[in-house]
Amino acid sequence: MFVLRLIARNALRHRLRTTLTVVGLLVAIIAYGLLQTVIDAWYAGAQAASSTRLITRNSISLVFPLPLNYEARIRSIEGVSMVARSNWFGGIYQNPKNFFAQFAVSPNYLDLYPEFVLSEDQRQAWLRDRKGCLVGRQLADVYGFKVGDVLPLRGTLFPGTWEFVVRGIFEGSDETKITRQMMFHWDYLNETLRKSAQQRADQVGIYIVGVKSPESAPSVARAIDATFRNSLAETLTETEQSFQLGFVAMSNEIIAAIRIVSYVVIVIILAVMANTMAMSARERVAEYATLKALGFRPRFIALLIFGESAVICALGGGLAIASMPYVAAAFKHFAGEYFPVFEVSFLTLGLQAACALVVAAAAAVVPAVRAAQTRIVQGLRAIG
Amino acid sequence: MAIPFTYVVRNLWTRRLTTALTAGGLALVVFVFATVLMLDAGLKRTLVTTGELDNVVLIRKGSETEIQSAIARDQARVVETNAAVAIGADGSPLASKETVVLISLLRRGDSRPSNVVIRGTAPAGLALRPQVRIREGRVFRPGTSEIIVGSSIAARFEAAALGSRLSFAQREWTVVGIFDAAGSGFDSEVWGDVDQLMQSFRRTAYSSMVVRLADSARFDQFRSEIDADPRLANEAKREQTFYSDQSKALSTFINVLGLTLSIIFSIGAMIGAMITMYASVANRVAEIGTLRALGFKRRAVLGAFLVESLLLGAVGGVAGIALASVMQSASFSTVNFQTFADLSFRFLLTPAVVLESMVFAVVMGLIGGFLPAIRASRLNIIDALRTNIGV
Repeated sequence: MFVLRLIARNALRHRLRTTLTVVGLLVAIIAYGLLQTVIDAWYAGAQAASSTRLITRNSISLVFPLPLNYEARIRSIEGVSMVARSNWFGGIYQNPKNFFAQFAVSPNYLDLYPEFVLSEDQRQAWLRDRKGCLVGRQLADVYGFKVGDVLPLRGTLFPGTWEFVVRGIFEGSDETKITRQMMFHWDYLNETLRKSAQQRADQVGIYIVGVKSPESAPSVARAIDATFRNSLAETLTETEQSFQLGFVAMSNEIIAAIRIVSYVVIVIILAVMANTMAMSARERVAEYATLKALGFRPRFIALLIFGESAVICALGGGLAIASMPYVAAAFKHFAGEYFPVFEVSFLTLGLQAACALVVAAAAAVVPAVRAAQTRIVQGLRAIG
Repeated sequence: MAIPFTYVVRNLWTRRLTTALTAGGLALVVFVFATVLMLDAGLKRTLVTTGELDNVVLIRKGSETEIQSAIARDQARVVETNAAVAIGADGSPLASKETVVLISLLRRGDSRPSNVVIRGTAPAGLALRPQVRIREGRVFRPGTSEIIVGSSIAARFEAAALGSRLSFAQREWTVVGIFDAAGSGFDSEVWGDVDQLMQSFRRTAYSSMVVRLADSARFDQFRSEIDADPRLANEAKREQTFYSDQSKALSTFINVLGLTLSIIFSIGAMIGAMITMYASVANRVAEIGTLRALGFKRRAVLGAFLVESLLLGAVGGVAGIALASVMQSASFSTVNFQTFADLSFRFLLTPAVVLESMVFAVVMGLIGGFLPAIRASRLNIIDALRTNIGV
């Protein structure tokens, strides 16, 4: 008890210095947590992917479509429960900066995505309107779309201005689902192309293949690719998760950079914390010598210094972890456009605590060893 | 009278560990700040050198990139015969009709494929880009399944070595040459014969066109003629503008992310500097009292402490920039959000980056040292002299 009180008193001796150090720790540990969460957000699409969905695309690259007649052939493969069509539309809403995903999909698409929850009325309204579209809750919140709104898109892949009517707003089944996208009828796109660009009609960007059981997914994927080997459009079928991870992998050097930078901030704060501890210990050389003269062991002196470092780091780290939910909410408010899913995971909180602990220990090592080794006579002679 | 500079320097030197730790924290922040600026400078350099001033790119109206665009053969012919297009030595117009698509290739040491731009072009296309030089091997022969690859593709993709075969679109393609495009975006591309590629990809229209203007000043007239022609639905842009427009999203992303991080990190480093400077003041209360008693003005004391913190910032700045300059040998590759294709560029240390980083470092030092310096200058002489050393 006495030791704890001594440590606490020591930590609070320089109020200003301790406060500044705690604030520094707070900022750094929050920054670290945010960066970890940004990385998590990057993987959110892949995390949410289902294991009972396969994506079949053209093996050359996503730029090339697949013929419409593949749909029936995929459906007839053993183990396939459902096949949906999806085309990337790539339209611009008002300004190129307003980027969001738009897909032309077949009506059964939503059956494959149970995580998108849509009321039956809105679903019927969408099915009945050829120009109708569905928008996700996150997207609707960003641009204020309401049911009945007209949503004009300027096509970059498909020339012209396309008008859609919002017929429904779907919700994610839970917080981790990305609903920052818009869907409309594949038939609307295809019929327009038949009139305007005949040779581009009857083509499908990707097929989403539902399998009866997750275990059969690898064999179904192989069977699909085998069916179309040596055809004009060879296919590449993979699970939705690895399809999504493919996108993440394309920017993996950015993720690596963010990861490195998130450790740099810890090193920065370690330098600040080590400085604080070094200064405190140097000022108290005479005091430590007195304690030693009174019969306290060097171990006790080291304990005092480690304890003080731990108290300060626990304060900074604790405050940071406690304020994470609020900071994340504020961040989402500002950058929700880029990161539709921004959830602080327990792992992140744990890592933050671990960082505080490591900083506390590392910052105290040098001063503690030094103070423990200083001879009593030298120590008593020292002046601040 | 000002307090001698050597006094300031010696103060920092006496407390070496503290100075080193504080400057080290500042240096790391400067390092992050500088690498972000270097990355952006590298990206801009890469895309600006991709474009030639006199070259004009044509794409379909409404398209943002070559991948999205399409130009019909008859439209291409109309553009080619415009009077503003330069005529080459052989009497044919200096125009290249190109097809641009993406193919998936495996990166070295990566199990997931990246998108690579493959550009179908003709000898005219090479003539229009003088920065492109064959480094190894030779140019593809028109009418064959031969391709040449950019230097960063050759370095990063397993299957793109000289002499190796790539198979896509039901054909085998042989890599017969590696070209160096002087650090431009073409270094991240694969080139082949336009007619062969169009046939294998079953395309009937070109993706884009590049033409050389006979006279650079005629660009505006050329553009309005293209706009006004009812047979065309195309848009003309100077090649440099075209490529720098394509990097806007990536550049903004790098800047926003990097600068936000730098600012957050700098709070930590400034607090470090502030702690150090407060301690520096507290340790020297009696000394400051003596200086004042000797006749140095408050202003001189304030100045001395500001110079000290400024110096601290400068040391951190120099160390951070030195650290960042090491990054120049590294290159960075990522997907360009606008083209969905892999793009590789270098960290580029320009004089502007050095200057901005140095200013950033010094400002961090100054902000950290400002309040402590004020406290030092406000000390009362009598109280200060009475104080025991080391409080």
